[in-house]
Parts: sequence; structure tokens; C-alpha cells
Amino acid sequence: MNIILRLAWRNIWRQPRRTWLTAGAMVFSNVLLVFMMSFQFGMYSLMIDNSLQALTGHMQVQAPGYVDDQRMRQTVADVGDLSRSLREQLASDTIAARAQAFVLASSDERSYGIAIIGVEPHFEQKVSNISGLVSKGRFLSENDAAEIVVGAVLARNLRVNIGDELTILGSGVDGSFAAAVVTVIGIFDSGVPDLDRTLAEIPLGLFNDVFYMEGAGHHVVVNAPTVDFAPALQAELEALLPEDADLVVHDWDRLLPGLKQAIQADLSSSFFMYGVLAILVAFSVLNTQLMSVLERTHEFGIVMALGLKPGRLGRLVMLETVMIGLLGAVIGALLGSILTWYFSFSGFQIPGMEEMAIQFNLPARLYPQVTALSLLLGPGIVFVFSLLAAVYPALRLRWLQPVDAMRAA
Amino acid sequence: MAAVRCIDICKTYLQGDQEIKALDHLSIEIEAGGFVCLSSPSGGGKTTLLNAIGGLDKPDSGEVWIEDQRIDTMSKGELADLRLRKIGFVFQAYNLIPVLTARENVEFVMQVQGLSPAMRRERSTELLNEVGLAGLENRRPAQMSGGQQQRVAVARAIASRPTLVLADEPTANLDSKTSDGLMDLFEELNTHHKTTFVIATHDQRVMAHVPRLVRMLDGRIVDDIEQNAA
Repeated sequence: MNIILRLAWRNIWRQPRRTWLTAGAMVFSNVLLVFMMSFQFGMYSLMIDNSLQALTGHMQVQAPGYVDDQRMRQTVADVGDLSRSLREQLASDTIAARAQAFVLASSDERSYGIAIIGVEPHFEQKVSNISGLVSKGRFLSENDAAEIVVGAVLARNLRVNIGDELTILGSGVDGSFAAAVVTVIGIFDSGVPDLDRTLAEIPLGLFNDVFYMEGAGHHVVVNAPTVDFAPALQAELEALLPEDADLVVHDWDRLLPGLKQAIQADLSSSFFMYGVLAILVAFSVLNTQLMSVLERTHEFGIVMALGLKPGRLGRLVMLETVMIGLLGAVIGALLGSILTWYFSFSGFQIPGMEEMAIQFNLPARLYPQVTALSLLLGPGIVFVFSLLAAVYPALRLRWLQPVDAMRAA
Repeated sequence: MAAVRCIDICKTYLQGDQEIKALDHLSIEIEAGGFVCLSSPSGGGKTTLLNAIGGLDKPDSGEVWIEDQRIDTMSKGELADLRLRKIGFVFQAYNLIPVLTARENVEFVMQVQGLSPAMRRERSTELLNEVGLAGLENRRPAQMSGGQQQRVAVARAIASRPTLVLADEPTANLDSKTSDGLMDLFEELNTHHKTTFVIATHDQRVMAHVPRLVRMLDGRIVDDIEQNAA
């Protein structure tokens, strides 16, 4: 091994307790960062997937302007044909057409204003998890049947159960009066209060008849295998849309801006905390290296007398910091990944997060997942901060005069 | 060409309010391959002169030349290069790097010079043999006696093949027998390698050993004697 490397390695073990204390601070921070980031990234991924799986999907084909102003007349013509054509061209069945209206839903006893969505029963099950959340009865199966699936809270509010009838009253696409009597065949319980209270689904064929849609709908939901593939699929989808159709494709970020904002807000506050942690570690490194440089002043004077330039001495100090940093990073990342691996099986519950969990359709127990990013980002940040902290002790050597240094005790 | 030339150099220190003239218009010339002893009572200026010759400290005025290079006007980096290539130091307190073995201490300067590992190993073995430390290559300074450490320091000083070795009180921490051994070693290196030696000391036995004795007092040369070495 190179003598300079050997010298740096042995130098850091001159004061083993001090080195271990510094490396220990790094290890502690890195374990915390690896675990927290794995937890956060896992949670974000779950938040996105769960929020999108419920209704929004990874992207939607819509009429321009519909996303901001959801009026009945902003339609996609022949939505069923478009949906079928896209499924064929993309060789994917995670594509489904929908139409949406706001209606007054009345049972024998009560009435509530709700959003009603017309869905293609077979393909809707491929793009949304609502069919899987049906806790009573069954999901829709026929495209023209006078059937409805309602949220659990809505069913409770309307005091209806499986087999009961509901009357829906609204406006058709042409502004005319629209009404239908439908039978409740399923009740879903998504755990998201907004959905369970205000949403109901009916077959798209029925929706078409009731609201005089003449084959039009309001959007086609398209899902990619995972959210990471969404941008590529969006580009492909845009290329497939007929040029004269006057349609747009919006990704989940545009459709659910609150979701990304919530993630960004959480990330910002977390990274502020991580930054504070990294700065505290950096001060520990600064203290260690400054002490180390000060107590070796005489020795530095000697090696300068032997012909070593101050810049090279500075590099030696930086090399020592790199070694302590790597020690902290490797042990920290290792212990952090073991801890995260353990909790990836047993799960983890953060007290006080119940409200957020409900809002984003998250389960009560969360399962962190180690990824390359969560494993490397935290230790990487601590490592860089440690190097920055060692710059000052290293720079001090530039102003050292050999003869003054040799006079130091 | 002279190995060292100091022309009218002055160096003043402030000690509290008092101005101390460490070097007072001092001039000296040391021939290449010379073996010179600088002697003075404590505070007489010998270490200051040695530091000025070694480029560790700059005089307030005057000129210092090493061979054909004027060094009192050189930058820190140029001085470091000069020390690395041309000057070896031996200190009173040995000043070995405690975490390196005897061999590594000797090889350290060669590594800084950029010599290959094979060359470093060969030369360090040769030098440690030459100073009588064969078999002790892997010992760290704390595992060696004062005399052995000083021998490692000498091997380190000449590892870079310097033309000039500056030794500041090299025998101060050694017993008489070890001191004599060290001086014999200096003489041998001086004879065989034609290395110029400048030794600052107030050890009478060392003074008796050298062919040229320069006595200093209050920063001036008061005596410059050619003598027959013992």
C-alpha cells in the first residue's frame, strides 16, 4: 500500500476513541438517514400508487380544458371506440373509458349530491382498485345493466343496502333532464372518506343512455405497468391520438397536483431535518480534524522541512477525512439497510400519521424498502458535508511556516 | 562551487519588547563536500543560521545561496522542492513519524519524490544497512532506542540523495558512545557520498570531530577554524 495511504490510515487510529466517536456520529446519522429515506420513498411510492389506483390512473386522455373545468359538454367523442383502439394499438388492457356527472342520488329516505362515473365494467377493474374494494355485493359486470356500486359512507347516509333502488337525477350532455332508477349491487369501502361518501359507479352503456351522451365520454384512463413507465407511455400515447381529435393527455401530476405537492412539502421538511443532522456531523468532523491538525503541528513542521508541500499535507488531512467518512458511510449504510430490511417484513407505524395515511389511501403499517437511492443518498450527503468540514483544517496548513510549526509542542 | 553561501544576513526576533539579533550581518561560505560544525552558546544564532540555510526561515536581509540558487527569495513551494531534492535534515529530537516503521520513515521522502516502490525498497534497505539497522526495518520509533531512532533519522535525511545535510544538535539526546557512533557515520557518509554536512552543536566531542569549526556569538561568527579531525 502507498505510504501516504498507510500514513493517513494509521493517523486516524492514533486517537481511536476520537475516531470512533466521529465515525459513530456518522454511523448513527447514516443508519437514521437510510432508514428514514427508505421509509419515505416507500411511502411516497405507495401514496402515488394507491391514490392513482383508486380512480385517477397514471394518465388520462381528455378534451382540452376538462381538467380545470369539468363540464358535461367537454367530452371525448366515441370514447368507447377510442378506448378499444388504444388497447389494441398499445397491446394493453389497462385502458378504460369513463364518463362523469354530478347528480342527486335519492333513496326512499334521503338524497345526496354525488359524483357518478360511467365505467366499462370489465376494463375498469384493470385500471382501478375500487372493484377490489367492494366489501358487500359485487362489482358491475354488464355494460347496460341498471346497476350501481356506491361508497360505504354514501350507502350508510342514504340508508341503502344491496338490492335497494336509488333514483339518480341530473342533467344530460345536451342540458336536458336525466333520470334513472338503478339497483345497488355493490358497496365499496376504500377507506378514503371523500370517495366513500361521494362516489358511485354505473356501467358506461347505462350512463350513455341516461345522460344522452351519444357515445361520448369524459376521459380514457391509461395505466402503465408502474408509475416510472408513465412518461414513456404518455409520449407513445400522444403519438397515437388522431391529429384531428383535439384531445390532450394529462399525467397524474397534472390530474392530482395536490399529491405531488404533498410529497414535495414532506420532502422539503425532511431534507431540512437531514441537513441539520448532516451539519451536526460535519461539526463533529471539523472538531476532530482541527484537533488532529493542531496536535500534529510540530510533526507537520518536520515533514514540511523534509520537503512536503503544504498542499500535500492538506490532501493528507482530506484523505484521513475520506477514510473516516467511508468508515461511517459503509458501516452506517450496512446497519441502516439491515434495520430497513427487518422493518420491510415487520412493518412500521408512525404515531400521528393516521390522518395522512387515510388521506392518501395508505395502510396503517408501512413497509420501508431499500433502494439504491435510499441507501446511497443519506450517507452520500453526510460524506460530502464531512469533506466540506475538513476543508478548513486542511487549508490552515497552507499558512503554516515550517519553522513556526516545529516550535509547536 | 560553494555548497552554501550566506552574504551579510540579518535576522531579528522580538522577545516581548526586546529585539534579539539572532543573526547580525553574518557571512559564511561552505564548500561542497565540507564538514562544518557551527558552535555557540544557547541563543548564539546557530539554529537560526541552520534554518536560514535550509530554507525553513527567511532572513530579514542579506542573501542565502545553495549551490547556484538564491533561496531567500524563493516561494514556499520552491523551498519545499529544494529541501526535497537537495537538503536533508537531522533533528535533535529525531522527529520520526511515530506511526511509520523505520523503513517507511526512510521511504517517505522517496515516495514524495516520486520514486518507484521497488527503487524505494532497494534504497531503504541499503541505507538502513549502512546506518547499522539491518533487521530493525519494521520497528516503529517507539520500539527503538534513541540512538537507533537517530540513525533512522540520518537514513531518512540522506534517502533523497541530498547534497547538503543540516543537523541541529544531533547528539544532544544521545550517550557518548552513541554520539561517537553517529559522528563516525556522518564522517563516513561525508567521505563516501561527498555530502556536505553542517552540524549545529555545543557538544565538545562533536566539535573535536570536524575539520572546520565555526564559533558564533550573538549572531556573529567569532571564530572560523580549520582543524585536524580526531
